[in-house]
Amino acid sequence: MKTFKIGGIHPPENKLSESSPIKVLPLPESVSIPMGQHLGVPAVPVVQKGDRVKTGQMIAKGEAFISANVHSSVTGVVQKIDEISDSSGYRRKAIIIKTEPDEWEESIDLSPNLVKECTLTPEEIVKKVNEKGIVGMGGATFPSHVKLMIPPGKKADYLLINGVECEPYLTSDHRLMLEHGEEMLVGITIQMKALKVSKAIIGIENNKKDAIDHLRKLVTDFPGITVEPLKVKYPQGGEKQLIKALINREVPSGKLPIEVGCVVHNVGTSVAVYQAVQKNKPLIERVVTITGNSLKEPSNFLTRVGTHISVMIEAAGGLPEDTGKIIYGGPMMGKALNVPDAPITKGTSGILILPEKTTRRKTAVNCIRCGRCAGVCPMGLEPYLLAVLADKNRHEDCEHERIMDCMECGSCLYICPSGRPLLDHIRIGKGAVGKIIRSRNQ
Amino acid sequence: MNLLTVSGSPHVYTEESVSKIMYGVVLSLIPAALVSFWFFGLAAILVTLTAVVSCMFFEFIIQKYLLKGPVTVFDGSAVITGVLLAFIVPASLPLWMVVIGSLVSIGMAKMTFGGLGKNIFNPALVGRVFLMISFPVDMNMYPKPSAMSTQLTDIITGPTPLAIVKEGVAQGEKIADLVPQVPEYANLLMGNMGGSVGEISALAILLGGLFMLFRRIITWEIPTAYLGSVVILAGTLWLIDPNQYIDPLFHLITGGLMLGAIYMATDMVTSPMGRWGMIVYGIGCGFLTIIIRIFGAYPEGVAFAILIMNAFVPLINRAFKPQRFGEEVKNG
Repeated sequence: MKTFKIGGIHPPENKLSESSPIKVLPLPESVSIPMGQHLGVPAVPVVQKGDRVKTGQMIAKGEAFISANVHSSVTGVVQKIDEISDSSGYRRKAIIIKTEPDEWEESIDLSPNLVKECTLTPEEIVKKVNEKGIVGMGGATFPSHVKLMIPPGKKADYLLINGVECEPYLTSDHRLMLEHGEEMLVGITIQMKALKVSKAIIGIENNKKDAIDHLRKLVTDFPGITVEPLKVKYPQGGEKQLIKALINREVPSGKLPIEVGCVVHNVGTSVAVYQAVQKNKPLIERVVTITGNSLKEPSNFLTRVGTHISVMIEAAGGLPEDTGKIIYGGPMMGKALNVPDAPITKGTSGILILPEKTTRRKTAVNCIRCGRCAGVCPMGLEPYLLAVLADKNRHEDCEHERIMDCMECGSCLYICPSGRPLLDHIRIGKGAVGKIIRSRNQ
Repeated sequence: MNLLTVSGSPHVYTEESVSKIMYGVVLSLIPAALVSFWFFGLAAILVTLTAVVSCMFFEFIIQKYLLKGPVTVFDGSAVITGVLLAFIVPASLPLWMVVIGSLVSIGMAKMTFGGLGKNIFNPALVGRVFLMISFPVDMNMYPKPSAMSTQLTDIITGPTPLAIVKEGVAQGEKIADLVPQVPEYANLLMGNMGGSVGEISALAILLGGLFMLFRRIITWEIPTAYLGSVVILAGTLWLIDPNQYIDPLFHLITGGLMLGAIYMATDMVTSPMGRWGMIVYGIGCGFLTIIIRIFGAYPEGVAFAILIMNAFVPLINRAFKPQRFGEEVKNG
């Protein structure tokens, strides 16, 4: 079975909610829709306090090239445009809307029937994806229309679809592939058309055998699309690792996948592209896994963007007594929240509630130079060395040892038997080196 | 509600810890210990206990009263140093010398550099080399194996098989005439020969090595490169002149080679981090061992070979970087 070659770990999978079908989360009383839900420049509000908005109506416009439109996920009145604390803990601008019963924007096709034919030209597809505010739903939230435009002089051979879901606990992509497989495949066909490629490969880790079988049956109707089972190994969902696993090409340091002739999209993004292009539906809801070993009902909810996490926690049976950490995302790369109040955004694939006893890090002891961190690093770096260099502010050496290649997957910190905060040091080092590089390029 | 914990990702961690690794090593040493207790009896048990207790004692004293820092004496690393030091000295060694060896191992080779993980040289080997130079007579009297002996004084000693062969060749004898003077290979493999406490049974040590491999405490690179290069170099010499050089199998199962290749050279702290570095280091150890055994002044070269290669580890780490992702663009 295929996988990437360098490094990788296999943490306990803990896919508690994998057999729980997607449920629609009841409408929350109010939503807080952040303006910066994507990588790049935050969107600019086009509504004002007191305005009444419909579900699916655009409320903020992405004006820069790398930005994305934001739409209202509910019907209601704009209460205020204010700063709220988001998943990063920083206060950022958001539109807060008090919810009323749904009244959808007229142009949106809400019928459940599958629309397979797409007559739009590639340019029209990109425009539509841009208009509907689609961003990468795997977590990086890069605006999708930018990825669908091939830079001049480059050519794509493959569209790779990321159905890996290598983060432990998370199951939203898994359920999506099982329950919305056909829509996803149409979405993939549309993206292939936009990119002018004839081959698409869906990479799925082998712990989701039902999804592999299901999609293998469906793809017979979709020429050019194949399903590839992958050996279970974290961080296979990393773009570079997925490309290596599926087509054995290595994206050079600091370059984008198009450099080796491919574009990678997430399964959730593909469903969103389908809905945007075929149904005129903007990205206003997504599947979010809410899970944790002490949680009463680990579930997968179809959640409106802007819903507060606390609402979801209540719907999953309430916050367990022994809660120590609430994680926005998966356990390997997710962010720990200081208050259970941040809103769900376009890139939220899961909320993980960890019990108090598992939240404590091991007491750090001396490095015993076992070399495991270097062994598991999927980028072939030496985390023990980078951590020391960063700690000693030796930024030039950090750069020379390719600290900027680190994608913060956390494998080094996971594996370290001495419990050393390797990634913490590396993050600080990356920040400093990044600053140096930017000032040099100016 | 209680306050939430906030920290950088990741939020899950492996169950593995330093002390689990260390006690895993200790556990894997049990077969070798049982064999030595069988062949060298009470004396071996006493030497091992003395070394372990004094290593832990010295580490405790130094950490608590000299450095006044945290005491980590129960993390298992001092236990390993104690057991390994005991395993590479003769069972007949006076116990006070064992105590001095432990002080050198822990005090000089480990704590002076900053404790666990900071030392350049393998502590147990430093202790042994110190004893070898300071007490050459006692360190060169190896008790003959006698099952379950409880004798502690007047132990019958004799040269090790390696010493017999080395001496013989130096006297101009042919290998064919020397072979009858050493135990048969089956006995050598089991450990029925004169030698240091725990080095005698290649079989028991291999068993421990397999356990460590299975527990992922060690990897295959260093032992394979070490033993492989010994076989290649010794084998080449043997093929050139079988009258002067003994066969490679003899080299493999006598002396401290097996213990050195599986337990000493693989010491995480003092060996390289990456695969290719490990292989180069293992080959270096193997070549130096054979060169010292055949051309050097001592019949056994494992301790010196590994200590010399220890000194090269920082350079090896620098020279052999792991394969970086995206370094060479492969389009397959």
